[in-house]
Amino acid sequence: MSVAAQRGRAAGRREGAAGLSPTAIRVLSVMVGVLAWEAYGRVLHSVLFTYPSAVVRAAYELIAAGELQFYLKSSVVVLSLGLVLAIVLGIPLGVLMGRRAVIEHAVDPYVNALYATPLVAVIPVIVVWLGFQTKAKVVLVFLFCIFPILINTYQGVKNTDARLVEVARSFCSKEWRLWRDLILPSSAPFILAGIRLAIGRGLIGMVVAEFYTTITGLGYMIVQYANTFRMDRLFVPVVVLMMMGVALTGALRYLERRIAPWLYVAREE
Amino acid sequence: MRSGGRTGTVPPPGPTVGASMVVIDQITKNFGRAGTAALSSCSLDVPVNEILCVIGPSGCGKTTLLRIVDGLIPADEGRVLINGTEVTAPRPDVAMVFQHFGLLPWKTVQDNVAYGLRVQGRAEREIADAVPRYVDLIGLRGFERSYPYQLSGGMQQRVGLARALAVNPMVLLMDEPFGSLDAQTRELMQEELLRVWRSQPKTMLFVTHSIGEAVILGDRVALMTRRPGRVKEIIEVGMSRPRDPETVRRSARYLELREHIWHQLKVEVLEGDGS
Repeated sequence: MSVAAQRGRAAGRREGAAGLSPTAIRVLSVMVGVLAWEAYGRVLHSVLFTYPSAVVRAAYELIAAGELQFYLKSSVVVLSLGLVLAIVLGIPLGVLMGRRAVIEHAVDPYVNALYATPLVAVIPVIVVWLGFQTKAKVVLVFLFCIFPILINTYQGVKNTDARLVEVARSFCSKEWRLWRDLILPSSAPFILAGIRLAIGRGLIGMVVAEFYTTITGLGYMIVQYANTFRMDRLFVPVVVLMMMGVALTGALRYLERRIAPWLYVAREE
Repeated sequence: MRSGGRTGTVPPPGPTVGASMVVIDQITKNFGRAGTAALSSCSLDVPVNEILCVIGPSGCGKTTLLRIVDGLIPADEGRVLINGTEVTAPRPDVAMVFQHFGLLPWKTVQDNVAYGLRVQGRAEREIADAVPRYVDLIGLRGFERSYPYQLSGGMQQRVGLARALAVNPMVLLMDEPFGSLDAQTRELMQEELLRVWRSQPKTMLFVTHSIGEAVILGDRVALMTRRPGRVKEIIEVGMSRPRDPETVRRSARYLELREHIWHQLKVEVLEGDGS
């Protein structure tokens, strides 16, 4: 093989097939997709379709009118309350299930049954019981969020190195100290992954609850503009939801990597 | 490596001076429903500040014995006395060093060394005073803020040793502490342990697979039978302290003991295979 060919191969490996970095390929791909959508939408020129520049214009109008912020705020309140409640209750319950066999066996039939139930099916029940207001929606988001957190925490606790638990016992650690020193740090990557899954499910729960209750929130905006065929405005809350999902799960992924550096040593070497 | 100063300031007591610190009295232990016998009427006495090495064929219950002495698991029969009181649960005056090091990966070296003191609820002032001393003693200065995964195996076990010493225990239980280290690191750690013992003598029960290690470190070597384990023979090493491992390895006594122990072990292993 000639020197030039070898050099060409090495360069090809470094820069990817097209001579571009992965980030450049991603950016190009998105640009091509958006432009194709724009072109197709303008050519089609239908009331039932829209295209990116029309969505951006609609977003500008909705923000100028304060409408987007108003509904977004209501959605964010519901999502945060439901998620925080799920975290605050899910983690301790998950640890208890992992550490105490009695609690594990007493709770797991409920967890398995409810986790397997499509929770969308209980929305009417919750609405009948709790009404159309924030309380009902928070409860729904909570139900959507708690299971991944609870189950992941439980798995994380069960995965705690039994040898380290023995070390802790050997040094006469009390149970609560064991939680703090050992169980929680060792389960942290599992718990964060659970919260990441919970955010995805929580967003679904939030939107579906808003569809059903149709009083406020991004879900309400979607239903309202779908009913009036304002496709450009309909896409605004959809894009906002997408950005929320990407930003929140991305932040969690970043935290996961930061919180347990010892787990990533082998991979870096 | 060396912290200087403290080394050799306390004269090592003779191997058999004083009363028994650890008394293992007719311990029997079975595992599982089938009742696999791990230990059968196993008895040992360890005088104050003696290093007693326990050696035996694989699976003879050496580690089980240490876990019973530490109070981590109960014996089926028999009892263990430490400093005259019976062991019923893990106690703060006994510390264990583990083959797998058992460091907390999310804590720095200094927090790992402080671990035992913290869980035992010692005052922060005492911890702040003790941790740097043991970090120095064990040759870890400069690594206080490192995490275990950033250290070599030998360095990690130094942390394990410092953590155990920091609670200032009367008894150190060593469960094949150097068993997962490479040969050179292992020899260095043996020297290190002898140096530490000279400055801070402790009663030690040291389980090992290595005959050489048992002879170099031990005042006596307890040879165990194959499973169910009990003490087959106690060998007086009879070499004075302070010992230099290099010199010990070249002595005739060392070769003689190695050969004797190896012969006895081989008998156990071969008979075990035959039955």
